[in-house]
Amino acid sequence: MTAVKEDSAVISEDKGARTNKAAPPRTTVPVRRRSDREQVRRRLGGVRRSDLFALFGALNASLATTGLLWTELAPFTGWLGFVVVSWLLFVVTYAVLVSFDEDRPTVRDRVSTVIVHSLAIVLFGTLIFVVIYTFVRGWAALHHLNFYTQDLSAAGPLDPLSVGGIKHAVVGTLIEMAIALGIAVPLGLLGGVFLHEIPGRFPQFVRTIVEAMTALPDLLAGLFVFATLILIFGLDKSGLAAGVALAITVLPIIIRATDVVLRLVPGSLTEASYALGSGQWRTVWHVVLPTARSGLATAVILGTARAVGETAPVLITAGATAGLNVDPLHGSMMSLPLLAYTLVQNSQPAMRARGFGAAATLLVLVLVLFGIARLIGGRGAGQLSARQHRRRAFASRRDLERFTARGPAEPLLDLISPPADPATLSSRTTQGESL
Amino acid sequence: MINGVLTHSVEPVQQRRRRLKANLGLTDRVFRGTARGGGAIVLAIMVLVGTFLTYRALQALRKAGFSFITTEDWNPDGGGFGIAAVMVGTILIALVAIAVALPLALGVALYISEYAPLWARRWLVALVDLMAAVPSVVYGLWGAFFLQWQVLSLSRWISDWFGWIPIFKVSGVERHDPLASLTVYTSSTFIAGLVVAMMVAPIACSVMREAFGQAPPGEREGAYALGATRWGMIGSVVLPFGRGAIIGGTMLGLGRALGETIAVAMIISPVFKIQPHILENGTSSVSSLIALHYGESSPFALSALMAAGLALFVLTLIVNFGAASIVARSRSGAVSEV
Repeated sequence: MTAVKEDSAVISEDKGARTNKAAPPRTTVPVRRRSDREQVRRRLGGVRRSDLFALFGALNASLATTGLLWTELAPFTGWLGFVVVSWLLFVVTYAVLVSFDEDRPTVRDRVSTVIVHSLAIVLFGTLIFVVIYTFVRGWAALHHLNFYTQDLSAAGPLDPLSVGGIKHAVVGTLIEMAIALGIAVPLGLLGGVFLHEIPGRFPQFVRTIVEAMTALPDLLAGLFVFATLILIFGLDKSGLAAGVALAITVLPIIIRATDVVLRLVPGSLTEASYALGSGQWRTVWHVVLPTARSGLATAVILGTARAVGETAPVLITAGATAGLNVDPLHGSMMSLPLLAYTLVQNSQPAMRARGFGAAATLLVLVLVLFGIARLIGGRGAGQLSARQHRRRAFASRRDLERFTARGPAEPLLDLISPPADPATLSSRTTQGESL
Repeated sequence: MINGVLTHSVEPVQQRRRRLKANLGLTDRVFRGTARGGGAIVLAIMVLVGTFLTYRALQALRKAGFSFITTEDWNPDGGGFGIAAVMVGTILIALVAIAVALPLALGVALYISEYAPLWARRWLVALVDLMAAVPSVVYGLWGAFFLQWQVLSLSRWISDWFGWIPIFKVSGVERHDPLASLTVYTSSTFIAGLVVAMMVAPIACSVMREAFGQAPPGEREGAYALGATRWGMIGSVVLPFGRGAIIGGTMLGLGRALGETIAVAMIISPVFKIQPHILENGTSSVSSLIALHYGESSPFALSALMAAGLALFVLTLIVNFGAASIVARSRSGAVSEV
């Protein structure tokens, strides 16, 4: 309303100005003479020489000072302390050097830039180092082929790495994950759809409870299953119990992620679907879920990656065994994180190497899952990849041919002419293709 | 509108509010029923877990009474038991973790949203998310077999020079004695906290980064137009805008740090006395207590473990809801995803 009012006011003013010739012009456009000199494009960014001098000078000064401290003046030890002290010295020296030829806001800017960059280096460096470290320590076990084809039942604590492997743990992890996902994914997606689609106070209450349960320490889910399924219902410590515990752990995570992803579906799409006369179920099944498909897949896969790495619930509910067990109902079942956890507590180097090997295998599993999630997802709802775009364009071209082959539709009213413009047709059919 | 487009007057008819109710078809009714059923199952599971834990915990709580909070020892079948020591240990580990993780997460979030080149941002975001997905046992391995031994000399350095601050005190060591054994610094709260910090920093970071990315471009440009440096812009636009997310993300990380089990259990060596010296060997946490003791427990001892677990759950619940309400109330309104 207000916008309309302002618009009309502006227009009437304009008209007044144009009709009333006597009014003085409000602005004058000065005539500018172009300069004859050739114009050189100025560089806005870039690095100046003094910046580099300050940076490398500070680096040299700090390293030299810390080296002097470490070797001559004070008996410090350890490279970590060296890094910490030299970094602190570096920041101080850099600030002093920059302050020689810059004002104070610039000094603050430079120093904060250095600090932010070093924090980023620390975090990303740590991640990369953790991954590499696990692989390096596990390499002794990983390069034996039998590591993947045997279980540990034949391997004594003193046996070399050419005997025994982690097959039982890989199989156990896969079985437990299948059980956990079999429970958590359908229930989680249904729960997410429930929170998103059903109005009222009940879903609000459920949402609060689910949010509360995301705070549940993973260990407690295991303790719950241990106290109910195993102690009360007399189930063995088994793959099934571990699967149920994992399902309880990831269920709130999947529900919440689903809820968030579904909220990203554009409201115009669902409302268009309702406006075309489809019911709620049709809208959910044909519009909401397909639009959010990549996001949902990402949510599920990230939940899976989380569940694969969970050790605590499995520790309590699955028990530990050295042999292969494919029966989820009876007997203990090993899984990769648990195997890594138990093996590295052994004092034998071979067993430790196997533990690191198991952790590295687990890491590969998580990396693969994560890679898949990145490939599928990483896009908002409704954003298409190049292939999907091509497919949609193809479908709409096919529709266009079909429509033109059938000839123009009977106009309902004389006022509405049949849409002859292919652009309108194709835009309509792109929507229609997903229906 | 002002010119008086409305010419006819509205007749004063008593207007009734109409009830807007769709006549649902069969499929929609089935769908709604299924969805409600799914919601009810989810609710039932969650409530069952909560109430069952509470019910079992009450057995132990009723017997222990108030001493449950004040007792340091853990001996449910014999003498007294309580969570004073384990709770203090848990909170100290989480605080060390957050003290380290907060600057890291903040710096990385700022780096990704403000400093990193555009082409790298997508990859860095993926890297942070990946870091959050790395299993805790891998961090535990790294912490117990690598980081621990590198940190020892740093621990000694801190305790030598800052030992006069009570929490950095380490009892039973000679200051500046180069021959003293370093084992007294192993398995400490500090090391466990460092490892947990590496696990919670990415979680906090992704919440912060999301909020920073949403900072209004108009205000950013405005700050630059007024002559602000990049840091000036960040300090006057991005950080105030993302304040809620900074607090919320930190608390989310804190909740995660409180509940961390395996990495902590792999590093600390449990003692059942309040250990306020974070550099000294031996501490304990609720989750590692449960992980180490659930096996040999009698039914009553199990109930006591559940009481401890329940106390931890209540703590993380308060922290998480606090985080959620702060994030929701802030201007950025970022959604915290796990």
